[in-house]
Amino acid sequence: MSEPILKVEGVQAKYGDFIAVHSATLDVPEGKIVSLIGSNGAGKSTLMDTVAGLHKPSAGKIYFKGEDITGLPAEKIVLRGLSLVPQGSRCFIRMSVEDNLIMGSFPKTARKNVKKNLERVYSLFPVLKEKRNDPSGSLSGGQRQMVAIGRALMTEPDCLLFDELSLGLAPTIIKDIYANVKDINRDGTTILLVEQDTQRAIKTGEICHVMLKGNVVLSGLSKELGDDEIKKAYFGI
Amino acid sequence: MQIVQLIINGILLGGIYAVLGVGMTMIFGIVKLTNLAHGEFVILGAYASTLISTTLGVDPILTLIVTIPIMFLIGMGLQSGLINRVMLKGSEPALLVTFGLSIILQDLMLLLFTADARHAGGAYSSIVFNIGPISIALLDVILLAISLVTIIILSLFLKKTYLGRSIRATSDDTQAASLMGVSVKKTYGIAMGIAMATAAVAGLCIALKWTFYPSSGGGYLLTAFGVVVIGGMGSIPGTMVAGVILGLAQVIGGANWGQLISYLIMVLFLVVRPQGLFNK
Repeated sequence: MSEPILKVEGVQAKYGDFIAVHSATLDVPEGKIVSLIGSNGAGKSTLMDTVAGLHKPSAGKIYFKGEDITGLPAEKIVLRGLSLVPQGSRCFIRMSVEDNLIMGSFPKTARKNVKKNLERVYSLFPVLKEKRNDPSGSLSGGQRQMVAIGRALMTEPDCLLFDELSLGLAPTIIKDIYANVKDINRDGTTILLVEQDTQRAIKTGEICHVMLKGNVVLSGLSKELGDDEIKKAYFGI
Repeated sequence: MQIVQLIINGILLGGIYAVLGVGMTMIFGIVKLTNLAHGEFVILGAYASTLISTTLGVDPILTLIVTIPIMFLIGMGLQSGLINRVMLKGSEPALLVTFGLSIILQDLMLLLFTADARHAGGAYSSIVFNIGPISIALLDVILLAISLVTIIILSLFLKKTYLGRSIRATSDDTQAASLMGVSVKKTYGIAMGIAMATAAVAGLCIALKWTFYPSSGGGYLLTAFGVVVIGGMGSIPGTMVAGVILGLAQVIGGANWGQLISYLIMVLFLVVRPQGLFNK
């Protein structure tokens, strides 16, 4: 297995006194698609927010490309090539689609390639080119998710985190977006995928981690993990 | 013909009101803060322009070259050094800090500049064009032009530059903006700096058109509030139209009724269309 691009070691994250993530440990090997599954409230989204720098960990270490990024703010982490597509897409709803995408080029390292990256996003999601001047608030849920993915791609990430990619989307759209995710991975971007749609996550990710009540309780190659094993880890039985 | 004259006067006045409100609406829309010191910022700008122009003997309009950058830096310093810190504790403490700032600034100006009325007269103050029965003061045209140029530059900056886009993005979703590499605190600092720079322009307009005192800020704060309420917070086109609406109300109502009509329109908007003219 290749060297992990992202290492999470015993990370704890709290909201006030409530501990959402107890002690999460997981590796994301470079160039792979890794999925992270778990039931509602298992702490997946909090862990993603913590890795991306939106939430400060109260214990543990996070390494990206071998460097310690624990506790760095989100605006610094994105400069190192780690980008999060947050839950519910979180577009800048009053800005046009194109302005949303160009915001992804805000990091100085990404600015010189704006045109090239914009073309790449438009070829990945042709519908965004048609709607480039529309405010992103007028788009459908699937199109907003495309804007969020495109915007994250514009930051030129080496590793992309997807939080609940399929939440609230129609099945046909989910299928298309997952095809796009595989394309993005094929172009060399490592992907960590958080999903509630367990089947799809296991099918897409080469490696699978299962979270339960704030801990990563099972990790392994997706094809080697048995259904029963995953079920037990997922429900904690 | 008198009605045409009224409308022209209202539009001319509206420009000043718009530039008064634009800084307030930016802070409302981006930092999500009610800046109760905005009126004092404007008066500070008025004093700065008046004093620099009388000391150096230059045209008051030229003082903008100095006052805009200085006011920008003061705004950025206030936001980064003071307001950002209290904003961590919630929006009410920040509101109170701006209230405190307004009192401190008012007393500071009273101490430094005395309570005497001031005015920055220019050479063009008394020039009036007559087109048929309609007369237009050159000063009013210049002030409208200054206001328009300020607002156009500001909206181009927000539309076309990376920094401007990052300000709009922060106003839509702070967390998502930080995921794009935007430092939210730095952005708030820049936004306050810009608001302060527009206050320098508004201050110059006021110093040229009217007399002012250290205590004049409160009245202008209310006008700025009116512009924000009618135009909708954060909306620049809304600011322009709201400025003209208030300008017309002021001119049509005259000295006796102008203020009353302005506030009635403001209340009407709060009841019927609280999001303002251009916001959805």
